[in-house]
Amino acid sequence: MNRPRQPNTTITLAHGGGGGAMKALIDDVFLGAFDGDGAREDAACTPLAELAARGDRLAFTSDSYVVTPLVFPGGDIGRLAVCGTVNDLATAGAVPLQLSCSVILEEGLEIALLRRIAQSMASAAREAGVRIVTGDTKVVPHGACDRIFVNTAGVGVVRKGVALSVAACRPGDAVLVSGPLGDHGAAILAARGDLALETTLQSDCAPLDGLVAALLDAVPGTRFIRDATRGGLATVLNEAAEASRIGIAVTETAIPVRDEVRGVCEILGLDPLYLANEGRMVVVVPPDRAEAALAALRAHPLGQEAAIIGACAAERPGRVVMDTAFGGRRIVDMLTGEQLPRIC
Amino acid sequence: MKFVDEFRDPVLARSLLREIEALAAEVSAARGRPISIMEICGGHTHAIFRFGIEGMLPPSIELIHGPGCPVCVLPMGRVDDCIALAEMPGVTLATFGDALRVPGARGSLMEAKARGLDVRTVYSPMDALAMARAEPERIVVFFGLGFETTMPSTALTVLQAERDGIRNFALFCNHITIIPTIQALLDEPDLRIDGFLGPGHVSMVIGTEPYRFVAERYARPLVVSGFEPLDVLQSLWMVLKQMREGRAEIENQYARVARDAGSRAAQDAVGRVFELREFFEWRGLGSIPHSGVRLREAFAAWDAEKRFLLPNLRVADPEACQCGDVLTGRIRPRDCRVFGTACTPATPLGALMVSSEGSCAAYHRYGALAREPASA
Repeated sequence: MNRPRQPNTTITLAHGGGGGAMKALIDDVFLGAFDGDGAREDAACTPLAELAARGDRLAFTSDSYVVTPLVFPGGDIGRLAVCGTVNDLATAGAVPLQLSCSVILEEGLEIALLRRIAQSMASAAREAGVRIVTGDTKVVPHGACDRIFVNTAGVGVVRKGVALSVAACRPGDAVLVSGPLGDHGAAILAARGDLALETTLQSDCAPLDGLVAALLDAVPGTRFIRDATRGGLATVLNEAAEASRIGIAVTETAIPVRDEVRGVCEILGLDPLYLANEGRMVVVVPPDRAEAALAALRAHPLGQEAAIIGACAAERPGRVVMDTAFGGRRIVDMLTGEQLPRIC
Repeated sequence: MKFVDEFRDPVLARSLLREIEALAAEVSAARGRPISIMEICGGHTHAIFRFGIEGMLPPSIELIHGPGCPVCVLPMGRVDDCIALAEMPGVTLATFGDALRVPGARGSLMEAKARGLDVRTVYSPMDALAMARAEPERIVVFFGLGFETTMPSTALTVLQAERDGIRNFALFCNHITIIPTIQALLDEPDLRIDGFLGPGHVSMVIGTEPYRFVAERYARPLVVSGFEPLDVLQSLWMVLKQMREGRAEIENQYARVARDAGSRAAQDAVGRVFELREFFEWRGLGSIPHSGVRLREAFAAWDAEKRFLLPNLRVADPEACQCGDVLTGRIRPRDCRVFGTACTPATPLGALMVSSEGSCAAYHRYGALAREPASA
């Protein structure tokens, strides 16, 4: 099964052995890309005063990334691993500052691919203004992981006065999204190739810290922001409705979804409201700030297609309802498991 | 989006709804009770909930969500047989995605996959055949299920396997046919179904002729319907119009796809490969004569039931389940004693909670709002 490969082009168990091969790999692939000055120490150290100058709370998050295919239209696992963690910090109201990068590599992985992934992590980090300051590399035998798993943890600082919470939404509040939904999920499905779907869809994978900052500058009283990743818009809305003990009503015709994404969904029997996004966020603001929030989002390159999609209400706490484009109304529930294509 | 939005036009919907309301008022007043119309096919149930159609209809129309969800009516024992197949050395079990969550007595195929069995999702039986061709050291068993909609593609796959002499491919056949089940429903003593929306994609294969007995023997109108929301409304309007005019006929609203004669090529492939079983077990409905098909003797080499020794045990539906009562329209999903408590989409007890097309799952997911009009 395993074709013999030249040792200098693929990952072998030696690259995880802690010796010279590992050091050479880290120096070549990771440090070369990350320009992390302190990365040769076991732990990155940051003066507390530097953090305290930026806000009054530390935000800390961690996420692991597994995706097939590793490279997809609009990104790859490296870009995803940086954007995902940056977005978890940003949507908590934090300015993202530093990331870690830990990889688990399957022996046989092409080093050229690993280099591409590291470089795309570095470029996403530059885009987001964060530094990758520490990391770890492990190599496991063939079959023990799916080519590469990436974990990034991140720290950021929350600006004074910002208090975003999933439980902070109030009846009357406006609900917005920052752009068309489902691009990432649909692009990944199409890129897997087993459906023989050809699209020009690109993942929306992008760091949202700039967009969040623009929004918070315009509307400091924003109640809640969350990036609509796995489970999509529907999941975020349900989480907010439940935690805030409010109902949420959205209008299908107001929710931006590209025709290509709708097409993929129609063919596969999927619902775009549940598709993953990696560069789109849901925003809840007080009713009188809805237009200001919309203007702030649209003024940013990542929010040009933002829209007000609905409102919070006192009725039906914990429930999300949608007025359908057809003129009906339905519940938008939490997904039970993953969406499965229907057979007919 | 072209070819989709035309069938979802809210303005047309409103004018159709006005006519439906007038017709329904007249017919239900004449009968002194609301009119019950069953949509047989799960695809229609899905559309009705997804677009919020039920809440748009006047209270004089009750929709009964029928048994046409192949995943829902799959008996537990057959899922157990699948797991037994997947446990056999060298066997890869391939099936459609939404068959993975159906619970058997020994859990679902998804759980079996998590235990390390080789269970794979395919989008077409041809994918399973391709798998067999690519991995000659494995035996790929395709778990085939569905009505006449999916039967032709399974039949063509078996014919292809025969033509190419691919012996490491087998079919575990669970295909079912809807006609005997409609008849069984009509024979129920306390039937309260006044008319039917007929399945669109099944009819694309079998045509409209097989439904004739519904009109002739049981005097119920049946309109073969498409799956877009305007299709559903127009078909309801056609059923009501027949009722008002005192007609009971088989009509075809979905003529753009389903021809009255059906598809000859598909019927030929199905006829060559499959024959009727004497009985087949339906979850929630019990055993129904001539409601399932199996491979003909000539294809025994590809028949998993002949090639492997299967447990083939009948597993009784959980006693608390009232799926049968829901399927026959005697009770509404939310009136079932375990709805939303012991039986939820995450932990389905009954058949109808399993697939998104099952009426209980659809109610659970979309339906607490039935009859609540949209604000727009």
